[in-house]
Amino acid sequence: MNKEKKNSSIFTRISDTNLLLAITIVIFFLMYLGAIIFQGGGFTKPQMFFNILNANAALIITSCGMSIVMIAGGIDISVGGVVALVSMCCAVYLDYHDGNIVGSILIALGIGLAYGLIQGFLVAYLDIQPFIVSLAGMFFARGMTTIVNTAPFNVANETFNKLKDTRLNVPGMGSVNKKGIYVPAYVEIGVVVALLIVIVLFLTLRYTRLGRSFYAVGGNKQSALMLGINVKRTKFISHLICSILAGIGGYVYFLHVGSGSASHAMGMEMNAIASSIIGGTMLTGGVGNIIGTLFGVLSLSTIQNIVSSAGLDQAWWTGITIAAMLCIFLIIQSVIMAQKKRALK
Amino acid sequence: MSKKKSGGLGKLKGFVGNQLFIPFIAIVILAVVNLVHDPAFFKVVLGLNNAGYPVLSGSLITILDYGSELAILAIGMTLVTAASGGQDISVGATIAIAGSAMLRVLCGGNTRPDTIQAPIIVAFIVACIVGMLCGMFNGMLVAYFKIQPMIATLILFTAGRSIAAWINNNELPIVPDPKFAYFGGFIPGMPVPTTVFIAAACIIVIALVLKFTNLGLYTQAVGINGSSSRLNGINPTFIKFLSFVILGLCVAVAALIKVSRLSTINYSVIAKDIEMDAILAVALGGNALSGGKFNMWASILGAYIIQFLTTTLYKFNVKSDALAAYKAVVVIILVVFSAPVVRDYISRMAKRFAPAAKKEAA
Repeated sequence: MNKEKKNSSIFTRISDTNLLLAITIVIFFLMYLGAIIFQGGGFTKPQMFFNILNANAALIITSCGMSIVMIAGGIDISVGGVVALVSMCCAVYLDYHDGNIVGSILIALGIGLAYGLIQGFLVAYLDIQPFIVSLAGMFFARGMTTIVNTAPFNVANETFNKLKDTRLNVPGMGSVNKKGIYVPAYVEIGVVVALLIVIVLFLTLRYTRLGRSFYAVGGNKQSALMLGINVKRTKFISHLICSILAGIGGYVYFLHVGSGSASHAMGMEMNAIASSIIGGTMLTGGVGNIIGTLFGVLSLSTIQNIVSSAGLDQAWWTGITIAAMLCIFLIIQSVIMAQKKRALK
Repeated sequence: MSKKKSGGLGKLKGFVGNQLFIPFIAIVILAVVNLVHDPAFFKVVLGLNNAGYPVLSGSLITILDYGSELAILAIGMTLVTAASGGQDISVGATIAIAGSAMLRVLCGGNTRPDTIQAPIIVAFIVACIVGMLCGMFNGMLVAYFKIQPMIATLILFTAGRSIAAWINNNELPIVPDPKFAYFGGFIPGMPVPTTVFIAAACIIVIALVLKFTNLGLYTQAVGINGSSSRLNGINPTFIKFLSFVILGLCVAVAALIKVSRLSTINYSVIAKDIEMDAILAVALGGNALSGGKFNMWASILGAYIIQFLTTTLYKFNVKSDALAAYKAVVVIILVVFSAPVVRDYISRMAKRFAPAAKKEAA
């Protein structure tokens, strides 16, 4: 009897964030190792890893926002739409209205802020299901993008393109190419922004009152209320942060692709949710970790890279693999939750 | 005197509180807007189509025609909403899958076959099976693994169109048989679109099912309180699962109409944004999106109103890509007014004015 109790307590302890986080990190390293061993080629060079970062900086930022909303017990599927809307608005502003960089960044932040205020108000204070609100938000953003400008186009603004092509070299990670010339490894500005956001959010979630209250509200609203946490405001702030991060993510995305199009970031909300879930954030709220989310994004994009370099280049394979991976992780979570409930009994 | 007054108010309140109040108001608003903008909107003309058969045409016929697949989807979506308290957002993608499977059977892997390779009924049955399989997948995740419906269906929402493209090797086969086009068009000699009959058949079937089986009662019981319905001998897991399978069947019928309209398929465009319309139809019918009680007729009426709205927006030269933005605004307005918090606030405001009226009467 005593032994049983001990077992169950160990199980409840490890079936928390840490277990899910550990699974994710192990899976990522195994996958990358497998890719190096079996596919070799590009994966052996450090630049491959930095390319993954470059291409997914925007996804890292939006996924962090998604994780915060999910930890606080909500969800936001409008992020992909917001990213598309931001890149289109910035592109139109820069090219058709002779805009400057500062103005375009302000536009991105403004769109994110507006989205956060409206969605946060509807979800937190009017108590409407976050899924319905953000579904409408997603369709609104997608529709609005085509209203702003229908045809996709590349931005010609010179200052912007200079910023877009800025490469920050990573010391000691370069490689020698076939001609014997040393090529330094590089990251784009977006990656720096993304990593800064990851660090700030990690510290916020871990060490601040606000960060802890996200976990409390997501874990159990009732007991959070009894602890004296302002549940509504916490929910509101979680949606606000998510949408602002979607705005920033939109700008980073725009900085990476350098064009505006209504079909940008299609399905990004799905990738962001998948990354968060793979990174150990529970859909039920209250459990999650920003570092896990970072590894979630990396695992997801590594899989995409493996799929595309394995010759299964067609676009549909990416969609199917992500969906399959999400499905597996959802079921793992569901099983873990069921086990935990049983252990608690 | 005051009694009489409250009686009148009560009647008005009863009407306002009725579930059909919002759809009714929506119809009136849309009709008035159209009447002011262009009275010709309501004209129905009996003309000849390209093949020389008499067909009815006009905006109202368009609404009935294109509203039918939405009405069929609304039937399934209402059940899913009532049972699980969430919505299936993968219906558009599963229409693509079922439609693609149908084309694969009809064309036998050929892109441009001279004749169809299998009878249409066989293709339709295959589509039904595929649709129900998709429904089972969603239902399994929701009912047995207890994942929130919208997250669970997000999987097929993303992967669905890819799977649909994969079924036909990303090719776009064209069905050669003109008979296949009857389902989404006109049967020669019949001036009313076939889709209207298909929708009517589905509505009759669901009406009979709701009248002669306990499905409606059980679904509502599960949606209102799952665990207490289990104590009463209902299996909530199975009811939730069943609602998703029924939606899968509705999706297959909608896929038949959608594919038949073009005799081919476009994986990324077919039934795009239809999940939004289907959810909107349920919400517009006054059904709670958090599950529980439902009114099937209100949902079906809601579906036709959505089509009314779409047709009206087209008449105002709104581009099809931009439609979603307008509809999103409608959704937000609807959910805001049906939110309990807002309703409480409104009734409190009404109460504040009521004592003042009483004093006047005294």
